[in-house]
Amino acid sequence: MNMHTTTTQPAVVISGLSKTYDTGFSALKNVNLEIRSGEIFALLGPNGAGKTTLIGTICGLVRPTSGKILVGGHDVVTEFRKTRAMIGLVPQELTSDRFETVWATVSFTRGLFGKPRNDAVIEKILRALSLWDKKDNKLITLSGGMKRRVLIAKALSHEPEILFLDEPTAGVDVELRRDMWNVVRDLREQGVTIILTTHYIEEAEEMADRIGVISNGEIILVEEKSELMAKLGKKDLTIQLQEPLAALPPALHGTGLKLAESGEELIYTYNSQADRTGIAHLISAVSAEGIRIKDLSTRQSSLEDIFIGLLRDRT
Amino acid sequence: MNYYAIKAIYHFEMARWWRTVTQSIISPVLSTSLYFIVFGAAIGSRIESVEGVSYAAFIVPGLIMLSLLQQSLSNASFGIYFPKFSGTVYEILTAPISHVETVIAFVGAAATKSIILALIILGTSTLFVDLQIQHPVWMMVFMVLTAVTFSLIGFIIGIWADGFEKLQLIPLLVVTPLAFLGGTFYSISMLPETWQTIALLNPVVYLVSGFRWSFYGVADVNVAISLGMTLLFMGLSLAIIAWIFRTGYRLRS
Repeated sequence: MNMHTTTTQPAVVISGLSKTYDTGFSALKNVNLEIRSGEIFALLGPNGAGKTTLIGTICGLVRPTSGKILVGGHDVVTEFRKTRAMIGLVPQELTSDRFETVWATVSFTRGLFGKPRNDAVIEKILRALSLWDKKDNKLITLSGGMKRRVLIAKALSHEPEILFLDEPTAGVDVELRRDMWNVVRDLREQGVTIILTTHYIEEAEEMADRIGVISNGEIILVEEKSELMAKLGKKDLTIQLQEPLAALPPALHGTGLKLAESGEELIYTYNSQADRTGIAHLISAVSAEGIRIKDLSTRQSSLEDIFIGLLRDRT
Repeated sequence: MNYYAIKAIYHFEMARWWRTVTQSIISPVLSTSLYFIVFGAAIGSRIESVEGVSYAAFIVPGLIMLSLLQQSLSNASFGIYFPKFSGTVYEILTAPISHVETVIAFVGAAATKSIILALIILGTSTLFVDLQIQHPVWMMVFMVLTAVTFSLIGFIIGIWADGFEKLQLIPLLVVTPLAFLGGTFYSISMLPETWQTIALLNPVVYLVSGFRWSFYGVADVNVAISLGMTLLFMGLSLAIIAWIFRTGYRLRS
């Protein structure tokens, strides 16, 4: 848990949360997590890790076996009216009332969440999601991407303070992704807390302020995205050679250098945060062997690499 | 009270009804009219009056009750089953709406629909028979109580059902036989004595009897008992629904 002190109340505080299904399957194991007000938090984990169950317990779809969840300082069980009114949820699955129009279904959700009719708000949301010209279309006539937009519009219809996006870009085209991120950025500027689950790491990398990693029902890590990248970020140094090598010269064994299959590149993986990266030593060792260097490049490892590394370390 | 949520669900359900007006209104009115023609006019003309009421007029309350039961069940069960089936129920479960409010909205809409339909059928019946209603207020009381009770039962069925087959199972296999055997087309006093006793185990007998009393002042069972039994069924249904919500049965995992 990050120990930053913030003056505003956290958006969500989860303590000791467990969920065991009737089948005996333990979907969440003693989860402790704090989501700060106004941040974009990405919950990252492979399929079946417990992301959707975790969201479900906060939103009211899943009954926790034990533990406590506070949303805006209110208990989600005893003060469910207050907490649920604050939350908008975009579910993973595309569900829709097939014969309803876009306008009717979005307005319906607003009412359901206890807000009086406000056409201006609905219009603004539909325009932001490029749904305005489809407002009188029945949902059954819309494409998958359009239906996803409708679900987002529904989740925003009651102007929530906290928005949950469960796998928001699963099966979504580039255009919608762009629209969606624009909406998310706008919402963040308005102070809305956004929690998204994903197993696409680029998504978290692109959007999130902080990242939590969940695996087998346990939160195994929560970090600022930049810290996570820096802390666990490994870099690859690629040395392109003037002439290909058949094999790594014996003198370079034990240096950590690897010869690429083509024989045209030497690759060295190092920790970019370490005091001594060993690069200078390495370059001179390569030169001493009479190997002529054509070019050098370095690459920061992606969250994907970090993530896979994290999961591997635990098993 | 989340008034806006109740209104939203109620309107949603009513809109769904009007959208399918042929299926939801015209078809039950047509089938009831056929009963009037076949049982009332064709066969009824050869049957003596029952308890001083012409047979065609005698079956009117029973037929209305039959439609009321069936429509309340199907409206309410479908109303809650369909969001479960399509997945849109997530919205209701994550909304700041209490169990009581959810039931008021769904059951209120289902009962409203079946009462409107019952009144349409009542109106239609005046085309076929000369109708008298001795206790109009009590007629409405029985109608509303029955509609609400069977909408509650329908709501339970809709939550219990995990497929379209189960949705139809209880209405077809239990309620329709009970309705037909519950004195819709006859007075249970016309049955042999043993069967009269057995018939008293049929809840529909009390509903039809009380309802018929509000029309003609004659009843198979004491009207107070009818009213009491109707309220009892309603209480039972409410208890089951309370249990469903408390345990999250088939709604929350």
